[in-house]
Amino acid sequence: MSEPLIELNDIYKIYQLGGEEVRASDGVTLTICRGEFVAIVGKSGSGKSTLMNIIGALDVPSSGTYFLGGEDVGNMGDYQLAKVRNKMIGFIFQQYNLLPKLNLLENVELPLLYSGIGADKRKEKAIESLRRVGLEEKWRNLPNQLSGGQQQRASIARALAGNPSLILADEPTGALDSKTSREVLNFLKQLNEEGNTIVMITHDSAIAMEAKRVVRVHDGKINFDGDVNEYSAIL
Amino acid sequence: MNILQSFKMAIKSIWGNKMRSFLTMLGIIIGVASVIILVSLVNGQMTYMTEQFASMGTNQINVNVSNLSSRSVTVDEMYDFYEDNQGLFSQMTPKVSISATIKSGTETLTDTTVTGVSEQYLEMKDQTLDTGRFLQYSDILSRQKVCVAGYYVAWDLFGGVDKAIGQTLKIDGTSYQIVGVISRQDEDNMEAGGTDDVLYLPYTSAVRQTKNANVSNYVFATADMDHTTESKTAITMFLMGIFKDDDLFRVSAMSELLDSLNSMMSMMSMMLGGIAGISLLVAGVGVMNIMLVSVTERTREIGIRKALGAQKRNIMQQFVIEAAVTSSLGGVIGIVVGSIATTVIGSFMGLDATPTPGAVLISFSVSVGIGLIFGYMPASRAAKLNPIDALRSE
Repeated sequence: MSEPLIELNDIYKIYQLGGEEVRASDGVTLTICRGEFVAIVGKSGSGKSTLMNIIGALDVPSSGTYFLGGEDVGNMGDYQLAKVRNKMIGFIFQQYNLLPKLNLLENVELPLLYSGIGADKRKEKAIESLRRVGLEEKWRNLPNQLSGGQQQRASIARALAGNPSLILADEPTGALDSKTSREVLNFLKQLNEEGNTIVMITHDSAIAMEAKRVVRVHDGKINFDGDVNEYSAIL
Repeated sequence: MNILQSFKMAIKSIWGNKMRSFLTMLGIIIGVASVIILVSLVNGQMTYMTEQFASMGTNQINVNVSNLSSRSVTVDEMYDFYEDNQGLFSQMTPKVSISATIKSGTETLTDTTVTGVSEQYLEMKDQTLDTGRFLQYSDILSRQKVCVAGYYVAWDLFGGVDKAIGQTLKIDGTSYQIVGVISRQDEDNMEAGGTDDVLYLPYTSAVRQTKNANVSNYVFATADMDHTTESKTAITMFLMGIFKDDDLFRVSAMSELLDSLNSMMSMMSMMLGGIAGISLLVAGVGVMNIMLVSVTERTREIGIRKALGAQKRNIMQQFVIEAAVTSSLGGVIGIVVGSIATTVIGSFMGLDATPTPGAVLISFSVSVGIGLIFGYMPASRAAKLNPIDALRSE
């Protein structure tokens, strides 16, 4: 077993909603090692999005500890969280979330821009990243000039550009037809084979089956954690 | 992420929303242009009026005395005072105004300004002669019946300057010989009662003509414009010694009139500038509105940028710079529009109106300031957005 990348220990996230206490995360403990491809699966409202926000350093837990690559992310302030997101995590969103007024190159450059890399180096890295997803010819195009699959590939290029330790994909195929979904999933698999750690959030068990390990969340708790074969056995 | 990139981003965003950006700028453009136009036109008007006043002699002090049988000042006493204060004054003249009818043959003039003055009057008024000579000390001493005519009088009565010299005219029946003609003063107009319809006689002759014993008006010219107040005080002290009552005489300096005129005009300039400033303020609120809308509209963009690692200050910078660039661009356009409009309106009004550097500088810095101040609030709102909420927004 390789070294752990994500270490969640007894994570609670509690909201007050109209006087009622909502436990979006109710004591989650989870370790993910480098090189893994994990699917976090759960129904809407199961707490998987909260888990993703915490893993993605977008939010901090109410209690519990979270170490990402040995760093105590669970107790960080805004400034450091932004740095962690920038340097360690590559996000892939359901809605692609490319900026419509920027061309592909500028979109892919964004995380590099915020990490303060110089213009030449930035362009070089961004082009390289676009080449990996097969879109280097289209770097001048605006996102809305591309198909959904191409846009999602561009957003994958953006996630890869900063060479992050973790790729966090939130329903990456949610807006795509089955054929392009297939493509994107194959691409994620390929990235994993190249050594990237991937955490994919989905509500769809069939999509989750594409990963190597499946974690199922229900009511803020993990009620299944095992490899994909074990998961198919309980379905 | 440096300032240069923020600028590029701001310009891109302004260019990407041309219509909206222009409408935002419009308020600033109108505000800046109106500040420049109003202030510059008032300044032009002020310069014009100052020039007019200066041509009337700002170095002059007019003295008006009420001679009583018990307390009075004679011309000789005034001259003694003048001689004693040569350092303060360069010229002095008694001034005797006569309202009289002038006749030459069948021609009659009724609006002519007839004044008895000393030989220094011409120099004091900074005027020159067209032909002949001005009054001389000997004329005054011996109460000669001579006079110096204005250009209009020479032409109207005798049909020319040269024809007038040596001719005789009658002032209320008394004959006077014309010894000189003053150069034309008003290049544009030639009319009865104008600046060229004048006649100067020795004040001694004029006194006799009016049958008054004493002269009640004097004009002093100060040697130095900077010592007007001092000179005025000297005259006042002297007259106070004689009259013991400051209601019996009046000493007024033209430069004081000019000063009060100037302060009046600058107050007006400030007031109009202030009114125009209000429109700048309104423009600032416009910028704030647009920036707030822009923040709301771009919540998702802010969320994406934050998820990708943008710091609060990056987002802040982006919006503040965008607002500042928008308003300073509006400011520059406003300056250009204002300057052109000032020149055009100025030439229509016959004024030499040029945009003052002060007005340009102030209105420009105000517009940039507006951008920074009114951009700050929406920007800090944008920077504070939680990335999760921002990402969720549609």
